[in-house]
Amino acid sequence: MTEQKNINFKINGKEYKIAVDPRWTLADVIRDHCGQTGTHLGCEHGVCGACTILLNGTPIRSCLMFGIQADGAEIRTVEGLADKESYHPLQKAFMEHHALQCGYCTPGFLMLAVGILEAQPNISDDELNDVLSSNLCRCTGYVNIIKAVRAAREEMKTT
Amino acid sequence: MKPAPFEYHLPTSLDETVEMLSKFSGDDGRILAGGQSLVPIMAFRLAHPNHLIDINNVVEFNKVDVENGALFIGATARHARFHTPVCKGILGNLLTSVVQHIAHYPIRQRGTFCGSIAHADPASEWCLVATTLEANMLAKSISSERKIDAADFFETIMTTSLAEDELLCGVQIPLLHDETKFGFEEFSRRAGDFGIVMALVAYREEGGVIVDPRIGVGGAEDRPRRIIEAENTLKREVPSDDVFRAAAEAAAAAIDPMEDHATNAQYRRDLTSALVRRALERAAS
Repeated sequence: MTEQKNINFKINGKEYKIAVDPRWTLADVIRDHCGQTGTHLGCEHGVCGACTILLNGTPIRSCLMFGIQADGAEIRTVEGLADKESYHPLQKAFMEHHALQCGYCTPGFLMLAVGILEAQPNISDDELNDVLSSNLCRCTGYVNIIKAVRAAREEMKTT
Repeated sequence: MKPAPFEYHLPTSLDETVEMLSKFSGDDGRILAGGQSLVPIMAFRLAHPNHLIDINNVVEFNKVDVENGALFIGATARHARFHTPVCKGILGNLLTSVVQHIAHYPIRQRGTFCGSIAHADPASEWCLVATTLEANMLAKSISSERKIDAADFFETIMTTSLAEDELLCGVQIPLLHDETKFGFEEFSRRAGDFGIVMALVAYREEGGVIVDPRIGVGGAEDRPRRIIEAENTLKREVPSDDVFRAAAEAAAAAIDPMEDHATNAQYRRDLTSALVRRALERAAS
């Protein structure tokens, strides 16, 4: 057996100190060992994007890196979007534009969209379509997701 | 869908990395850079290395620099770095136009240029760039250091001439002449999916005729390759629709296409012809 190693990282501002097997993916560490099950696993080989999280502010597939590699990282997941009083503008926009049906892909889409809108608040529609093509949704046909993210782009500029 | 157990190593310098590689490569030790190809392969258990040497903490590898007339790309430079030109001149623009075809935005935040080169997938855009632009691969082991020409580097599907204890510590791409025209075209069935065929072309004009033509084709064969027969049809010709069509047909005739469950050889030949022609038209426009 391989040796477990101790790592520290933050999820949504909360510090975690845990021992990990090197083979555990970051997605599994977040879900099974930190109890943050908002991050979903679809394909577990980088195709679907359901497990997208922000690693030091950048959207990445949490199934395509090992938890042990996140030592010292700041992670954000869907649980960190809403504050006590209100939903994040993106979450509101997803509700208003009916951008989800079954909801399985939604955490990944939200984190992908938050990451890109924070990095490029003035991103063009074409660039946004290209970024949103990263994740799979089998319910909505994407049209409402695109509408919601465009609406949130405008909303996030004013807040 | 879960990777098999392995021992994890985290070097912080080039010397430490090649030392670890020398120690563990005989026991199926592998380099982990961006992991965007290696981790899925491990999840499928197509690979189950006993040791992973994670090079992400080696600061000196995260370098992209122009030196001695060439662009140097270090071992952990990520695809996303090329979203905007990494150097002045045509080469920076060329890399920026190619990078948009590589997988998806979140994958490009982790995956690395050199990782793609070492992985040597026949459908890798960077492998095609390295071949067409005559890049040099810098390989280092505990006892040797060498430069490998792109033409001698890619051997077949996911196989390179790197020895098992050699690290690809960087790639050098010669800068392009300021008047170089280039065009890149790729066909894939879904946005961000593997390209079935891709073409990269570059040339200059002197006195109204084509000089230094390069036509590289990827995805069609077991490795990317410059198609000399097609390049020869362009030499000293005045650029025109007929000349471009002749080059495209020469490229399609010269390749030995792969076949798979979804495509036959003729399909890849047809794509090669169409994409080489479109790439030449893009270069000319």
